[in-house]
Amino acid sequence: MKSIITLSAALLLLASCNRKMTPGSDGKDASSTLTLSFENYAGDKTVSMNGENYTNASGETFSVTLLQYFISNISLKKTDGTIITLPQDSSYFLIKESLPASKQITLHVPKGNYTAVTFMLGIDSLRNTKPLSERTGILDPAGGAEGMYWGWNSGYIFFKMEGHSTAIPDNKAGTKKFRYHIGLFGGMNSPTVNNIKNITLDLKEKQVAKTGAGKNPVIRIHTNILQMFTGTENISIAKNPVVMVSPFSKHIADNYASMFSLAAVDNK
Amino acid sequence: MKKTQFFPRSLVFGILLFASLLLAGGFTWKEEWFRQPANFPAPVYNSKANPVTDAGFKLGKKLFYDPILSADYTISCGSCHIQAAAFSHHGHDLSHGIHDLLGTRNAPGLQNLAWYSRYMWDGGITNLDLQPIAPITNPVEMGDTLSAVIRKLNADPQYPGLFEKAFGTNRISTDLVMKALSQFMICLVSADSKYDKVMRKEGVVFTADETAGYQVYRQNCASCHPEPLFTNQQFRSTGLPVLEEGDEGRYLVSLDSSERFTFRVPSLRNLKFTFPYMHDGRFYTIDEVLDHYATGISHTTRPDPSFILPDGSPGIRFSPDQRKTLKAFLLTLNDTAFVKNPLYDEAGSQLYIK
Repeated sequence: MKSIITLSAALLLLASCNRKMTPGSDGKDASSTLTLSFENYAGDKTVSMNGENYTNASGETFSVTLLQYFISNISLKKTDGTIITLPQDSSYFLIKESLPASKQITLHVPKGNYTAVTFMLGIDSLRNTKPLSERTGILDPAGGAEGMYWGWNSGYIFFKMEGHSTAIPDNKAGTKKFRYHIGLFGGMNSPTVNNIKNITLDLKEKQVAKTGAGKNPVIRIHTNILQMFTGTENISIAKNPVVMVSPFSKHIADNYASMFSLAAVDNK
Repeated sequence: MKKTQFFPRSLVFGILLFASLLLAGGFTWKEEWFRQPANFPAPVYNSKANPVTDAGFKLGKKLFYDPILSADYTISCGSCHIQAAAFSHHGHDLSHGIHDLLGTRNAPGLQNLAWYSRYMWDGGITNLDLQPIAPITNPVEMGDTLSAVIRKLNADPQYPGLFEKAFGTNRISTDLVMKALSQFMICLVSADSKYDKVMRKEGVVFTADETAGYQVYRQNCASCHPEPLFTNQQFRSTGLPVLEEGDEGRYLVSLDSSERFTFRVPSLRNLKFTFPYMHDGRFYTIDEVLDHYATGISHTTRPDPSFILPDGSPGIRFSPDQRKTLKAFLLTLNDTAFVKNPLYDEAGSQLYIK
């Protein structure tokens, strides 16, 4: 009974907090809606920030205190192969584990059947270099993007995860804290590390998403944070408790590029 | 006996007029405040996207000198960028921010910023409108958050009205705070040194020593410190031996190992006011710098090839006569009018309340 109440409360919260996206700027039909739902997991457990422990590929136990990442530049593929690209100005979202509403992105799209969704984990290099007047709302370093922006090395942080792990030797404050702040868009004057990742999920693996009057299909995406620690290279929290602006960040980005998977397409 | 009037009426009137001028900022905008000197190329900063106005300049100046931008209202931009020191931190090797926390690099002078395309010692910022974010949010400098700064400014009795006047809206945003600061900063044009006047043929000529020193400079220094900015804005290592925890400089931004220990070439303008020198302020005199170039260059920080002599040994060595004349030339790059220009003066900057 208790779990049903919790679930209904969560659903109510989600329903009331869905964010709307402006219709296509190119004047195309954007009469129907579709929702991307990001659900953060550590393996088969949902991520909580209540001190629950998870274990990574190196056998290290850790808990999560902060988890957030930018999703941007969303496009969808229709059954006839047409690509629908959402207007870029309104295609930036910060998924925050601490803010359930932020994990639901409702898009206004032309009516149709969709077979794939593509998005970027991070912020495209061009937007990283735009004037501040074109970085409002979720991209404002004093607003939505606070804590997700490096002022000293101008650019956005794409993925931020912090927490504790018993694998880490005590720091000066006696806490065993890890901090992963991954960004870098490739450099302004000279090339540097580029950690922008594009992700495409094939909806046909489950079923095509059908939009239309009275419908709002939900594409449920699982973000498995354990993937951050493995794949191209195993990341040990003990050896690398802090990764920010460094060449090593590339390994984490290469790993987390594969943390997204399609859990379900709910045609409702 | 007739009472003498203590204050003549005209004096009272004069004082009132002066006071009201002060309250109004003391100046009215003139276009030449942001100008392209005849011996300068066109500015890099896109002032079309942020045209300087009287209200914008005064607002930027007020912000520049207002510690409201720091976490505990103690540090302003002007704390470490003092006009009398050509907007460097007068005599400090490193600068102290909130709670007396010490930074790791020397606060460079601010001048001719509209001609720069890279800011900070490591070039981590390439747009002047994004630069102030770094000191405001650096925990050992102003130590604040941008959202707190915007909140404080919006809650201030004066600022919303000043933004309304400058930008037509009293809704203070990151964009407008940065634009106002840029309007003040791009007006910090230093182009009235003796050197500038000689180049512009304004009836001033170099002495024999200065002329000889100019040749020494052109042969030995100009590749990294070209006229008229006296910096090529590239990243170079001058072979400074690493102290304690070595600052890897440009590498921290570019992550290119060939740029480890390189820093942005500083300008040679206003050296009289901007000591101490180098990225960590380790040298207090020009002679110490020249001594370093002659005999102190360390291979451990991979000095730029321009510091390597034909026989493979590091150094740029000047004869006593060359050094004397070079120093005479460098002195011609000091712009006293710039450091005394009342336009930039902190005094009165907070009185602008109209």
